[in-house]
Amino acid sequence: MSTTIDPAAPRPTRAGARTLAVTSGKGGVGKTFITANLAAALAARGEKVLVLDADLGLANLDVVLNLHPKLTLHDVFTEKATLEQAILPAPGGFSVLLAGSGMVEYSRLTPEVRDKLLHIIDLVKPRFDWVLLDTGAGISDVVLFAISLATDVLVVATPEPTSLTDAYATIKVLATQQDRRHVGLVVNQANRVGEGKLICGQLQQVLHRFVGPTPGQPFRLELFGEVRSDQAVRQAVLKRQLMLEHYPGCDAAQAIKALASKLLG
Amino acid sequence: MEHRLPAPSLIDAQVLDLDQALQLLQQAGALLPDEAPLSAAWLQAVLDALCDLSSRDALTGLVNRRSFEMALAREVDRVARSGEGALLLMLDIDHFKAVNDTHGHGAGDQVIRAVARAVEQTVRPMDLVARVGGEEFAIILPNCATHVGLAVAERVRERVSELGIEVAPGQMLNVTVSLGGAFAPQWVRSSPLLWTERADRQLYRAKAEGRNRACLEPQIDSLVSAEEKGMLFASLNLDTQQDLP
Repeated sequence: MSTTIDPAAPRPTRAGARTLAVTSGKGGVGKTFITANLAAALAARGEKVLVLDADLGLANLDVVLNLHPKLTLHDVFTEKATLEQAILPAPGGFSVLLAGSGMVEYSRLTPEVRDKLLHIIDLVKPRFDWVLLDTGAGISDVVLFAISLATDVLVVATPEPTSLTDAYATIKVLATQQDRRHVGLVVNQANRVGEGKLICGQLQQVLHRFVGPTPGQPFRLELFGEVRSDQAVRQAVLKRQLMLEHYPGCDAAQAIKALASKLLG
Repeated sequence: MEHRLPAPSLIDAQVLDLDQALQLLQQAGALLPDEAPLSAAWLQAVLDALCDLSSRDALTGLVNRRSFEMALAREVDRVARSGEGALLLMLDIDHFKAVNDTHGHGAGDQVIRAVARAVEQTVRPMDLVARVGGEEFAIILPNCATHVGLAVAERVRERVSELGIEVAPGQMLNVTVSLGGAFAPQWVRSSPLLWTERADRQLYRAKAEGRNRACLEPQIDSLVSAEEKGMLFASLNLDTQQDLP
């Protein structure tokens, strides 16, 4: 399944793409996996989607998608390639702009890196319905900056203490430093039905207690999805396949489709 | 954007009532412009003097609250674009009410003036010192590295504590101050309100911990306290596999 996408085609009917940052606090919780499959689910609904690999230091979107790009964000930054050349079609009918391994030198947020990222976001926004920013793990300045470029944020967490602690820290920073009043939560690798709701409620309680409520603007953590541990997920990850393409019927794929529906309202 | 007066012929300066404005400037000791009265240059100078007057605190000559809020909003913008560290310090004179009650309001005013001068002399010329409330001051320190933040706040605190303030002939007073501070988040657009709240929270902490001290917001690595972790995992039972209702 492949849709031909002309990245240069303007979208005069819309002011610009909805920008959604996918972040996690802790690494290795399936952030990139969720991002890629969510992009495919949105594309399947007729949306024009770009995934931008904003994990500049340790990018692995190419690994998840089994892509071997010749041109990356690094080439755009160093002006070896144009944006048009570096935006590539991915399996699942969406587009990607990969960071490439050469980006390690950009993992520190210098004014130059910041300006280049800002510029690229400005250029791609009019051409897509959705720009998904796959951010790095942690709450470094690069990650926080990448998140600040997005209008909406999804935090991915697993039901493990370290993941939940880091997700909580990230959400707290977003609430206190970026003045965000709404963050979406995806609980990945849930062990049981209802775990997402339980975790979301618990996080919300602690946030309510420790992140001072602004009058008239309570902070709201909203559960956007619960993706349960699934044999198909493990298979897709090992084979470096897009789950939504190869195991479209599995529980996890259904959960991702529901997530896309929720985003589309 | 520049707002210029239209061509002089379009305004009949004679109809303007400037008496009160000029009186105000005179009372404040502002120098009146030497340009020919009612010329465009003269009017501009009067307006500039009024702007300056309305941005300053009458007692201390420091920037006032209104002007501070504008400067803070500008600094938030600047930090979001430049990524430089910027520190906001809130400062409060300890037990100031007791000074007023014991020595009278005149003495209180002298203490405020002395503290204002000491703070201004301790920070860099590029830093902005404002009087934002009765005995409360704020200092915006642009381009301030995180590792020197506490040292700067401590220097201000020490400098004030060393002051001998003569509130009546032969009567010297010593006061102390508490300071709270927070750095602007770099590269991200925060809001002046949030930044002030964060610095204020540290000021309350300094007061609660016994006054005459400076507290800065802890940096990100110690973000989640044991208390928060305890509450987070209190009822999660992550080790079971049983589905929930």
